[in-house]
This record gives sequence, structure tokens and C-alpha cells, in this order.
Amino acid sequence: MSSARLFFVGGLLSYRALFGWLSPWILIPTYVVAPIFQILLFVYIGRSAGVQSDEFYVIGNALQYAAIPCVFAMTNTIAGERDQNTLGAVLATPARRIPLFLGRSLPVIVNGFFVASFAFIVGGALVGISVPTSAVPGIAFVILVTAFACTGLGLTTAAVGLLARDTATLSNIVFGILLVFTGANVALSDLPGWMSTIAQGLPLTHGIEAARRLADGASFASVGGLIAAEALVGLLWGLVGYSTIRVLEWQSRIHATLERA
Amino acid sequence: MRNGTGDRPIGPVRLRAHHVRVFAIGLRFHVKALTHSVFFLLTSVFMPLLVATVAYYMYKAGNQPGSLLYVSLGAAVYGIWSSTLFGSGGAIQWQRWQGTLEVLVSAPTPFVLVIAPLTLATSVIGIYSLASTLLWGRLVFGIPFHVVHWVAFLVAVPATILGLGLLGFVFASTFVLYRNANALSNMLEWPVLLVTGMLVPLSLLPGWAGPIAWLLAPTWGVQAIREAAIGGTPWPDAGMTIALGLVYLAIGAVCLRHFELAARRHATLSLT
Repeated sequence: MSSARLFFVGGLLSYRALFGWLSPWILIPTYVVAPIFQILLFVYIGRSAGVQSDEFYVIGNALQYAAIPCVFAMTNTIAGERDQNTLGAVLATPARRIPLFLGRSLPVIVNGFFVASFAFIVGGALVGISVPTSAVPGIAFVILVTAFACTGLGLTTAAVGLLARDTATLSNIVFGILLVFTGANVALSDLPGWMSTIAQGLPLTHGIEAARRLADGASFASVGGLIAAEALVGLLWGLVGYSTIRVLEWQSRIHATLERA
Repeated sequence: MRNGTGDRPIGPVRLRAHHVRVFAIGLRFHVKALTHSVFFLLTSVFMPLLVATVAYYMYKAGNQPGSLLYVSLGAAVYGIWSSTLFGSGGAIQWQRWQGTLEVLVSAPTPFVLVIAPLTLATSVIGIYSLASTLLWGRLVFGIPFHVVHWVAFLVAVPATILGLGLLGFVFASTFVLYRNANALSNMLEWPVLLVTGMLVPLSLLPGWAGPIAWLLAPTWGVQAIREAAIGGTPWPDAGMTIALGLVYLAIGAVCLRHFELAARRHATLSLT
């Protein structure tokens, strides 16, 4: 019971703390305006370059933008504790670590889902793409799984944030890498082989591909493998992140390095 | 105005020389300080490189290799824009975090001479981004870098830096009042990149984008640099970039004075 409370209430409180750092009047437009213009930018570059359809860029960028709330917020919910000088107190508690850390990821996943969904709907409407109604529930599920996978990566960047002070730079770098490697704007077949190989281990790659196929009329069952791959990638990144956090917590107790980074 | 000892009034000529000196030293100081910031350099160089990379691959995939220099120059100006936007967003906020904002505002030196060099320095730092983007295009994608009008190119680049730096000054001036306004500046990155034609020809954009683009110095700056490099008439565009920069300076100075007074009146300088 206390673990469930820690998972849900602790996660919600941690998420609300983000708004202490950033006013909702600024944070919400950031989630609403920026992804729409990212979509429009790449749609127009695509038209100028004469490559791919508008739908390709709407789906790629809408899903890719889930990385902003998922990676940045996930990193800040944990690494931000150190900036507030509360990390030591959090880690000194006897609370179970899995609900403590993973509880923080749930609101982030929900946030990422809504941001990407909004971008997909509004961005799609603005450039006039048409997606079969039957594909919408499947795409919504893919967006949810993609947000989960991005949050797994966010947990890893949060762990790295315990070693390096500059989490904003780190999150920007991760966002940029996802923009280039995951096929959000350039089809994997147009990227060099080594880049498309790396992309297989990154969140978004399989989710974006699945959403595009669903929008083109593929059945949900036919993209099941891609969705499973996306979930697996997210799970693995989440495990890496969680394990790293535990190792660093253990190390920090031995060497008193928690606040030093 | 009186000199440091309070004895002798300073004449208008010496006062002007004093202001120029404060501006020049401020610019030099901030360029050096920002050059030492790994965070700032990484942010202002890395993202433009990645966006440039995506654009290169997109144009290559579209079998339009002739457009690559056009894109490369646009991405290079985006680097200056990104650096300026990030820097101008942080200009006031960094002073607030360091506890120096109140000291700077209460100093007898006009506040505009303190903030304008900082925002201009952020766009000067964009030169790193410009150079790295052009170099990246040359080394990784084999994009040839030929400049048709070298003199015009060497004028267009500083003109663009000036225009963008002073646009950043307008943003920074409005941020005196708001604690999180620097986050708003992040939101402007993609919209300005889109409407100013850095990566997309303006003719492809919807009609509403045109009038907005004309009011923004990056539009004219990137046109000046492109026309100097690829061939054309860069001088009118460079002139327009500088003219808009001067307009931004006037707007920014008025806004800064107004918001500074409001912040003093409501005692919100460090609290907002």
C-alpha cells in the first residue's frame, strides 16, 4: 500500500514540482507551440527538397516531440533534486526505490502522450493530412508506447545527470540525436548504415515506423512487432537508467559524492 | 553627468567616449566569458549541426545536391540565431541568478549599455556555429564552399550578427519583468527558423509569413550572405539587416527603460 502511495502520490508531487520551476503559462505553450512549428518547418523543408509526404513529417515530428517532456522532465524530476539540495534527503529515506523512481515516470509518460497527440492532431490538421479513422486508436496506442520508451531513455539521462551537473545540455544533445537518427525526418534507408543500425536501439524509431504504417492503412496486428520492439527498447533504457541510479546511489554513500557533480 | 570623484561634470564628447568604452569592454568581456562556457558553446553549436545534418540528408534524398550550399548557409545563420536566442533569453536571467541584476540596474551607467553588449556577444559567439556548420558541410557532406563576392560576404556576416544581436536585445529587454521569460525564447526557435527562410525558400511559405519575415533581421541577413556567396545583389539585404538592427536597438532601449522602471516601482527586480 505504501509503495502504491509512493508510486502515485510521490510521482504526482514530483511532477507538480516541475511547475514550481516553470510557470504553466510558459510550460504549456512550450508544449503546444514549439511542436507545431517543428512539424511545419520539416514539412516545408520536405516540400522544398521534394522528398516524402506531409504525413511522413507530421507523424515523425509529432512523435519525436514526445522526447521533450519525456527526456527533459524525467531528467529534471530526479537530477533536479540535487539542484534543490533535496536529493540527499530523498536517498536517505527507507522508501523502496522502484516506486520512488518509477513513480516519477508515470506523469511524464502521460504528459508525453498528450503533447505528441496534440502535435499529431493539430499539425496534421494544419497541413491537411488524412488518416483513416480506424487507424486512430492504434496510433494513439503507439504514441503511448513511444512516450514510455522515451521516458525509459529519460531515466538514463537522469542517471547521467547525477554524474554531470549540466542536465539541460545533456537533454538537448539527446533530443538532437533522436531528431537525426530515428527516422523522424529522414527515412532510415536514406541514412548511412551505421546510423540506421544505431537507430534500432533508440526509442522512437520503431514507434514512428509503426504509426506511419498504421496511417497508411496497415492493420494493428501487422505492426505488433514494431510496437513490441519499441516497448522493449524503452524497457531496456529504463533498466539501464534505474540500475545506474542505484549504482550511483551506492557509490555516493561510500565516497560522499552525491552533491559533488 | 559627473565623473567618479563627483567633482567635475563630464562633457558630451567625453560622455560619448565613455559609453563607447563601456560598450566595447562589455562586448569583449562577454565574448570571452561565453567562450569559456562549454554549456553555451555546446548548445549553440551542436543543435544547428544536427538540424543542418537533417536538412542535408533531406535535400540529398530529394536529389537536389545543388541546394546543399543554399541549405548550408541557411543552417549557418541558424547557428547565429540559435546562439542569440538562447543567450538573449538568459541575459537577464543569468544576472538575476548571480545576484548582479540589482547592482547593474542601480549603477549610473545606462542599463542599455550593460545588456546590449551581452546580447550582441551571444550572436558574435554564433560565429563558432557558422564556421562549424560550413566546415561540417564541407568535410562530411562534401559541399563546396565558394564565395562569389568576398567583400560583400565579409560585410554581410557582421551585419547579420549585428542585426540578430540587436533582435536578441529586444527580447532581453522584455525579460526584465518575467522570471521564466527565457523559457519563452526557446519557443521562438522553430517559428523564426521557418518564417525567415533560413532553410526553406520564402516563396514556398504561406502568404501570412511574408510580412512577418520582412520585419525580422535574419530574413535579410541570410539573403545577404547567400547572395554574396552564391551570386546576386547582397548589398541591399545587408543594408536592410543593419537598418532593422538600429530599429531594434531603439525599440529595445525604450522597452528596457520602461520595464526597468516598472520593476523598480514594484520592487520586483529580483523577485519576479
